[in-house]
Amino acid sequence: MRLNLRIWRQAGIAHKGEMVEYRVDDVSPDMSFLEMLDVLNERLTLAGEDPIAFDHDCREGICGMCSLTIDGEPHGPQRSTTTCQLHMRHYRDGDTITVEPWRAKAFPVVKDLVVDRSAFDDIIASGGYISAPTGSAPDAHATPVAKADADAAFENAACIGCGACVAACPNGSAMLFTAAKVVHLNALPQGQPERRDRVLNMVDTMDDAGFGGCTLTGECATACPKGIPLESISTLNREYLKASLKRA
Amino acid sequence: MALDTRTKRPAKTSRAVPAALWRSTIGKKVIMSITGLIMIGYLVAHMAGNIKVFSGEEKFNSYAHWLRTFGEPVLPYEGFLWLMRVLLLVAVVAHIVSAVQLTRRAVKDRPRSRTGKPRGGGYVTFTMRSGGVILFLFIIWHILDLTTLTVNERAEVGNPYGNLVATFDTWYGNVIYIAALLALGYHLKHGIWAAAQTLGVGTTTRNRVFRPAAVLVALVITVGFVAVPIGVMTGVVS
Amino acid sequence: MTDIGEYVLGEPVVDQKAPDGPIAERWSRRRFEAKLVNPANKRKLSVIVVGTGLAGGSAAATLGELGYRVKSFCYQDSPRRAHSIAAQGGINAAKNYRNDGDSVHRLFYDTVKGGDFRARESNVHRLAEVSVEIIDQCVAQGVPFAREYGGLLDTRSFGGAQVSRTFYARGQTGQQLLLGAYQALERQIAAGTIEMHDRHEMLELIVVDGRARGIVARDLVSGEIFTEYADAVVLASGGYGNVFFLSTNAKGCNVTATWRAHRKGALFANPCYTQIHPTCIPVSGDHQSKLTLMSESLRNDGRVWVPKEAGDSRAPGDIPEAERDYYLERIYPAFGNLVPRDIASRAAKNVCDEGRGVGPGGLGVYLDFSDAIDRLGRAAVEAKYGNLFEMYERITGENPYETPMRIYPAVHYTMGGLWVDYDLQSNLPGLFVIGEANFSDHGANRLGASALMQGLADGYFVLPNTIGDYLAAGPFETLTDAHPEVRKARESVTDRIERLLAVNGDRTVDSFHRELGHIMWEYCGMERSDEGLRKAIGLIRDLREEFWRRVKVPGTGAQFNQSLERAGRVADFFELAELMCVDALHRTESCGGHFRAESQTDDGEAKRDDEAFSYVAAWEYGGELPVLHREELNFEYVKPTQRSYK
Ligand SMILES: Cc1cc2nc3c(=O)[nH]c(=O)nc-3n(C[C@H](O)[C@H](O)[C@H](O)COP(=O)(O)OP(=O)(O)OC[C@H]3O[C@@H](n4cnc5c(N)ncnc54)[C@H](O)[C@@H]3O)c2cc1C
Ligand code: HEM
Ligand code: SF4
Ligand code: FES
Repeated sequence: MRLNLRIWRQAGIAHKGEMVEYRVDDVSPDMSFLEMLDVLNERLTLAGEDPIAFDHDCREGICGMCSLTIDGEPHGPQRSTTTCQLHMRHYRDGDTITVEPWRAKAFPVVKDLVVDRSAFDDIIASGGYISAPTGSAPDAHATPVAKADADAAFENAACIGCGACVAACPNGSAMLFTAAKVVHLNALPQGQPERRDRVLNMVDTMDDAGFGGCTLTGECATACPKGIPLESISTLNREYLKASLKRA
Repeated sequence: MALDTRTKRPAKTSRAVPAALWRSTIGKKVIMSITGLIMIGYLVAHMAGNIKVFSGEEKFNSYAHWLRTFGEPVLPYEGFLWLMRVLLLVAVVAHIVSAVQLTRRAVKDRPRSRTGKPRGGGYVTFTMRSGGVILFLFIIWHILDLTTLTVNERAEVGNPYGNLVATFDTWYGNVIYIAALLALGYHLKHGIWAAAQTLGVGTTTRNRVFRPAAVLVALVITVGFVAVPIGVMTGVVS
Repeated sequence: MTDIGEYVLGEPVVDQKAPDGPIAERWSRRRFEAKLVNPANKRKLSVIVVGTGLAGGSAAATLGELGYRVKSFCYQDSPRRAHSIAAQGGINAAKNYRNDGDSVHRLFYDTVKGGDFRARESNVHRLAEVSVEIIDQCVAQGVPFAREYGGLLDTRSFGGAQVSRTFYARGQTGQQLLLGAYQALERQIAAGTIEMHDRHEMLELIVVDGRARGIVARDLVSGEIFTEYADAVVLASGGYGNVFFLSTNAKGCNVTATWRAHRKGALFANPCYTQIHPTCIPVSGDHQSKLTLMSESLRNDGRVWVPKEAGDSRAPGDIPEAERDYYLERIYPAFGNLVPRDIASRAAKNVCDEGRGVGPGGLGVYLDFSDAIDRLGRAAVEAKYGNLFEMYERITGENPYETPMRIYPAVHYTMGGLWVDYDLQSNLPGLFVIGEANFSDHGANRLGASALMQGLADGYFVLPNTIGDYLAAGPFETLTDAHPEVRKARESVTDRIERLLAVNGDRTVDSFHRELGHIMWEYCGMERSDEGLRKAIGLIRDLREEFWRRVKVPGTGAQFNQSLERAGRVADFFELAELMCVDALHRTESCGGHFRAESQTDDGEAKRDDEAFSYVAAWEYGGELPVLHREELNFEYVKPTQRSYK
């Protein structure tokens, strides 16, 4: 099939960007979205043009590196699917597809469709861990974990840190990402000693990084390829309130 | 090296709860939800009072009088009312200041998509924010109209029933009032549910109740308030 | 140009650090004998860690905790994205929580045997010992392993193991383990012990006075060439499966870090040892950019078959039972569909070579769940494999509940890597290599769920204990960019970049990479022969020459330039590919994952040759001719036997 693409091109952080139109012929329905871009890039390269920069690595939906806003939707139209797992059979001959980077002040554009998500790492560094220096651990069976807690922890630990939640949010809020980590660690007995500092520090860092506040629109959870539930935000708020009150 | 070495964050100066809460986006939301709930509480009482309009002029005016004398002699005349007014004023101011700050922050933090495609979440933020502005303007008008009677042409001090009927006898009075209440309804439909999340009581199971409950409460409040102008318009109240 | 397959035989290599004595005491003896670094001195010692996967992430975090100054590098935008994240199945540990007869010794035994007797006993034993601590460590970090209703950890048996010793976190074990290590790493970043350089690619090793003292890296955002010095360099840069272009590895996985070190003198051991995984989603067309692994657990309930007749193009449902060949059940009645990875892979290749393959290009076999659905019911099958079926459908657009899945083998893991001693130090003093990047503990074939174990063993427990023995002699001389060795290293990097950009030819990097991959898959994949390998070396040389003549790399070096990144990696893959073929050519035995056409039993099974090949082939970069150093392997505890699955 033949597709029209409108793609965001931007030379670098300090540059202004613009939408540029491309046409790609011979798109096979079995291609993934990124393979379709590969084809376009091969052509641009041979034509002496600058190929389109986009982030990707595992191409199997787990590393969280791919990050395209496709027709206004982070990771494209298919639910629970990262950009790299989106296949062209969902499009029809002659379709026009608009491709943009994640948009949020805290995620500046590095080039074209590539953004800088290091603010997420900063959030984790400020408390998204359990302090367990190597060698200090007791036997793994010393503390059983109730299955329900283990499941809640797992559900939230599935976050791949892609940033689609921020890109989907009209406020550019990182609450879903932050919530996922807080809920994962605070649900576990091992996470209890640092429970309060964790949530206070992570929220502080999140705010400092320039993410917007949360209006609970639910767009984040809809865009999230890993199904992190919106309720995790409620839990984050509870943890935050409890920790703040304990502080007082 | 723009991206590799992470910027060192300055250590937070104050951990004192009010200050810390006020600084954080979650804290501001908590303030909005608490003040919002205070306002809802007020609205429910207010609505219950309004409904008394249907019991006739006398009952309604005596209710208005009772409000002013409530708590006497411990409180002076209108003391309770003033307490409520102060509380509400604080709530409204805190609610609005938080709302404005968060909105400005959000607008700054979210460069617009170039597709120009409307998004579902944009709808929620749009109705909350524009609804808030409508409510703000309405509250001012409402006070000028029925409390200070500044803009009510046929107002008489001491006859709230008459004043109310006077307002709803004008077409613009009805339009303003009903439009504002629809805005309120939308505001509460999302607001009540959101407040539950902000205060951290939302869970997967509870939200199955909170969602419809929010719609229900929003509906009841809206209908309860709209009943009065409709009553006046249809002549049930005159 | 040298003759094809020619090499020079050098001196044998010996692992100087390996302790002797009873095997179960060697690791504690080594730890006791190793020199310690005075805690007050640790702040003055710096270590570069290239890679933030399970191996590099856990090592950097632990070294940071110990008080060293660590400088960490990865090419992704965040350390959390290293390819370890993609591991699905699980991680082995000899916990014996099931009381089913497991022990450190059994895990040791299984791993040596699984590796087809081409790994060091001492190393493997240490791995089995440490496996137990890994689980404790990860649980303490909050890794959400699967649990049972009683709250205790669940395990499963994996890859044909007789005991249930594989811990897992749904199908995301690698992700959860990596996030644990990543979080520990971030904690040390916040504590100021680790300086993180993400989006930086190591392009050269700096060796001064015979010691590894730093690296030259490129800032992938600005293009700036950047030097970093330290008292020791740790490479944890993962495997080189991408030399085949199509593999289950992430697109960015590369050999550059280890290959550059090899060119600076580090020995490259057993480069031809690669693992080919039988259950991957087949190639769908020329556009294909990578292959996706489907968990091996599918073979527990799926039946593998192809049509009996070559060229049968009917839809699978139209082929009657009598015209189907359930070839694994037929050839290996004892193990059936559960034969080890290498056997399943090769059998699939054989039936496809006979023209009986299915799907596009005839490169696929059916994995059929209809019996399982009849027997267990659709709901039960869905509960077990639902997410895998979904993934398959997402990629292929076919519904495996209705049509059988199509699978085909794909390159998955590389057992070869830089040669290291018991301390995980290469022959270059100060250069340590951990994780998939070293030639490691898996011999000629890795057992399922043991790479995660090895990566974390190396990073959390082994390296932090052994590196001190080296660092105790530091800190070493302070270096600056003016040092002649540093200048040389920087220049070699900038020259290469300039050369790549200057070609300005008419073929893209990917087109070369794809072609190289085809050659490797065809001749240095599952089955190798003398003739094929010689042909491959010739083809690789021609293609490499063409690459440097015709490649087109757009843009400049002073910008974010993904084509340039890829070009550099592919250039190194060319050199590695040739060495892999030379290694494969010289090893005229069938062993582990490698079937050598000339070395088979009468009924076509792999025939190992312990007389001639019970050694590690450690290759020295010789410029013209590679130099082979052999490290003899001795088996005191597990006596070599021939594997048989019939
Ligand atoms: C699909 C798949 C499934 C698997 N499933 C299992 C399983 O179930 N059980 C199991 O035990 N094993 C499994 N494995 C194998 C296992 O995942 C890997 O062997 C292991 O994770 C490798 O870890 P590592 O830390 O050595 O390297 P990696 O995780 O690959 O990390 C490499 C790191 O090095 C960095 N790097 C590389 N080159 C450079 C450079 N030039 N400059 C700077 N940085 C560089 C990268 O950025 C990255 O951080 C699987 C592998 C694959 C591909
Ligand atoms: C006076 C003008 C008002 C303005 C400008 C305003 C504005 C807003 C805005 C912008 C929000 C969205 C906040 C967010 O989710 O980020 C909000 C939420 C809310 N508002 Fe208002 N509002 C006003 C009046 C009211 C009134 C009269 C009530 C109650 C009767 C009310 C109740 C609520 C509630 C309960 C919330 C939800 C808080 C939360 O999300 O936790 N608001 N308001
Ligand atoms: S919460 Fe979901 S959308 Fe947000 S970073 Fe995690 S996986 Fe991505
Ligand atoms: S490329 Fe890894 S999640 Fe898409």
